[in-house]
Amino acid sequence: MPDWHAIKNTDGRRGKETEGADAAMWSKCPKCAEVLYRRDLAANLYVCTRCGYHFRMHAYDRIAAIVDGEFVEIGRDVVPSDPLGWTDKKTYPAKLGSDREKSGLSESVVCGFGKIGAFDAGVGVMDFHFRGGTMGQVTGERVTMLLEESRRRKVPCVLFTASGGARMEEGMLALMQMAKTTAAVTRFMEDGNFFLVVLTDPTTGGVAASFAFQADVIVAESKAMIGFAGRRVIEQTIRQRLPDQFQTAEFLLDKGAIDMVVDRHALKDTIVRLFEYAVR
Amino acid sequence: MSNNIIVEREKGLVELERRIAELRQVSAAQPLDMSSEIAALEQKYREILQELFGALTPWEKVHMARHPARPTSLDYISHLDRFDELHGDRHYRDDPSIVGGFALLRSRPVLVIGQQRGRDTKENLRRNFGMPAPEGYRKASRLAKLASRLGVPILTFVDTKGADPGISSEEHAQSEAIATCLAEFTMARVPIVASVIGEGGSGGALALAIADRVIMLEHSTYSVASPEGCAAILWSDSSKAEEAAARLKLTADDLHRFGIVDEVVPEPLGGAHREAGAVVDRTLEAVDAAVTRLSALSPESLLEQRYEKYRRMGEWRAEGLKPTG
Repeated sequence: MPDWHAIKNTDGRRGKETEGADAAMWSKCPKCAEVLYRRDLAANLYVCTRCGYHFRMHAYDRIAAIVDGEFVEIGRDVVPSDPLGWTDKKTYPAKLGSDREKSGLSESVVCGFGKIGAFDAGVGVMDFHFRGGTMGQVTGERVTMLLEESRRRKVPCVLFTASGGARMEEGMLALMQMAKTTAAVTRFMEDGNFFLVVLTDPTTGGVAASFAFQADVIVAESKAMIGFAGRRVIEQTIRQRLPDQFQTAEFLLDKGAIDMVVDRHALKDTIVRLFEYAVR
Repeated sequence: MSNNIIVEREKGLVELERRIAELRQVSAAQPLDMSSEIAALEQKYREILQELFGALTPWEKVHMARHPARPTSLDYISHLDRFDELHGDRHYRDDPSIVGGFALLRSRPVLVIGQQRGRDTKENLRRNFGMPAPEGYRKASRLAKLASRLGVPILTFVDTKGADPGISSEEHAQSEAIATCLAEFTMARVPIVASVIGEGGSGGALALAIADRVIMLEHSTYSVASPEGCAAILWSDSSKAEEAAARLKLTADDLHRFGIVDEVVPEPLGGAHREAGAVVDRTLEAVDAAVTRLSALSPESLLEQRYEKYRRMGEWRAEGLKPTG
């Protein structure tokens, strides 16, 4: 067993803001430019009341929207180090510090246990607001802890992904998290446990190419951008502009890569329904 | 002009090599003793070689790993006792940027899979510069599964800039193809030995590199992202690639220190292509030793060891918990 301490998320540590908005009371929809009152936006699960645009959600907002009652977080005491002594425009620890400040998170994923409907489940939520949801060593460690503990408890596991891929500032040690999480996923699934992934905007690179696409059932949120290579990289390679639909959840559904596209409002019900079929 | 800095550097040497060869010919054809001139030139040649290639920076290694004459997967595979290529993903097509099939390694049946770049422009076009499409990874998954079922060890050769980033690859779910490949290698009940022989580019390389033993050539590179890509993203300036190469810790020595690579195979001065046959033999010897050692283990302990190996990868700080509630 990994050495972890379960802690209760009762100190109200929440994400401060949602993309496109500061801590103010108004948010502007990046798609239709509608100015939205934050309380209305939150009440509508961060979906634009005018055009249906799905804002990128903060991890704890997502957990509040999905988990019923108490959420017991694991792995929060595992925080990133700086194995490469990385510096680009800023030092890596400085970047981590400002991400922490901005997002209220200590890493790009929050993991823990709680009830979804009648089901006890492992729940992991990645947050794009922390280092673009990139997978570092702690991301990999926390996801691995979540899968191992879910396996031990014989409960299903649902992971919400949002990621720009493996984190460059941690070099190959970040890439190796694809291998580590894969190992944990295969063990979890081999034991007959149900692994569900919800792809949210955006899910690309090393996360898409490891645990995200290893799930038993893959659900995507409406209009989420999902792919292996980034849009810019592809456009540079082929020297032409890609159609707007390319790499959207709907595009992937059409190509047969995912099981379903679900509107955020229907997501929780969908998860519970899937658990009803798959979990016993 | 080549955009490979190693190739550029070798140009002057080629002239020197030609003069030495010429002098040797002249000397052999006539009674005049020219051995001291030849020796002097050879001495000079060695000195220049040492100066140019004695200590390579990470950026120079990036170029060495991409050197057009560097031995490719098929150069290694052709040194095995026998090779019968198996084709296709059984769904859509055969991807020539991944080659695979049965082979004999010192008369032991093995299954070999490698990324294959072209050795000239025409072959590069056919093999997509060694950047596999989903079909290539699906072929690799299929072969890994086959090897596992038959109890045949898996050898891989890693040499790719990365997985193909094209429209068709996205349409055919590149992410799923790589994710499944990782899972198949994780679960294969046979010894896996991976050799990073050239460029190890990101997830597209890792797809063939989950292994019980990872061997890497001295001047190969293995990186979370290409230095050019990394520079473009983090500095918005691809001319910072040289700096990115140094920061990414992508050399064999760095990765050996991190425990990601188990063994480094030395290369001759000036790179593997200068004594390709010897480098290939040395690498296959290391592969054979690893396969022999790993074959003594039961599938169960092999899988347990592999799990533990990757489970331990990564480091972090434990932060004191704030009181809650």
